[in-house]
Amino acid sequence: MSSVPLSHILFVSTALFFIGMYGLFTRRNMITMLMAIELILNSVNINFVVFNKYLYPDKLDGIFFVIFIITIAAAEAAVAIAIIINLYRSHRSIDVENATEMKW
Amino acid sequence: MISAFILGAGLLAMTTRKIFRSAIWLLFSLIGIAALYFWLQVEFIAAVQIVVYVGGIVVLIIFSIFLTQQSDKEMPKQPLRRIITSTLAILFGFGLTFLQIWKYNFQPTTRSFDWTVSKIGSQMLNTAAGGYALPFEVVSMLLLAAMVGCIVIAMKAGPQQPPSKHKESEQSKKTIPQGFQFAEHENEKIVSLQEKTGGTSQ
Repeated sequence: MSSVPLSHILFVSTALFFIGMYGLFTRRNMITMLMAIELILNSVNINFVVFNKYLYPDKLDGIFFVIFIITIAAAEAAVAIAIIINLYRSHRSIDVENATEMKW
Repeated sequence: MISAFILGAGLLAMTTRKIFRSAIWLLFSLIGIAALYFWLQVEFIAAVQIVVYVGGIVVLIIFSIFLTQQSDKEMPKQPLRRIITSTLAILFGFGLTFLQIWKYNFQPTTRSFDWTVSKIGSQMLNTAAGGYALPFEVVSMLLLAAMVGCIVIAMKAGPQQPPSKHKESEQSKKTIPQGFQFAEHENEKIVSLQEKTGGTSQ
């Protein structure tokens, strides 16, 4: 079970991070950019859990960080979606290119 | 196997051009990450992942997709130049990062990872050194602030939706003071409530 070396799991999380980064670069739709951010946060979570399990198994700090990151990600997604829906009401689109003005 | 599932689903989520399919692929990717946590024998984090991400955030995203656009409409194609440059940047960054990981010789310990939910809970509410009571309180305040902020943002536009765009912007202009009035009203209510309770205690 733990015969899988640490760097292989780090490979997965790094690849996931850069997939999310690719989505963040190429997409111009706000909801898909939000999904890319979720992927990035998940790759960071994998890193925390794996480092905690493999390198410092007698501590629990990585698990706490993962719990706090998940909480903050949930709050961030809720606020972002509220902003997106409000923006859609006033602009009729959710492209970032059309959202250059931030006051009305 | 699980890794291939996660990466394939994530890649499809970021490259498919229909936004609803993108959300479904994201759902599969998050489930794959939960499976990875199960495989690492961190069942608590896996359960939290499923509950919060799969049950909460993805449902929220799908709702917002339904609210903001037609699901069968394809997104416009990206310009090729942007795709090529971002792919190059991604590959370069991935190569650099993975080279660092590969070169660094990690020394994994052979001790087994022991965690229990009671251990996590007692350390989370511990105020001594190494305890996480202060971040716990800060995060709870953050959640409260996010909730209040969502309600305020959603209240700005008003309950009724006028048909045309210009009218709507005017409407939203008008309704800001209403929202503030409502907030002040609530504050007054709370203050009067506090006074009441204080009076009874005295």
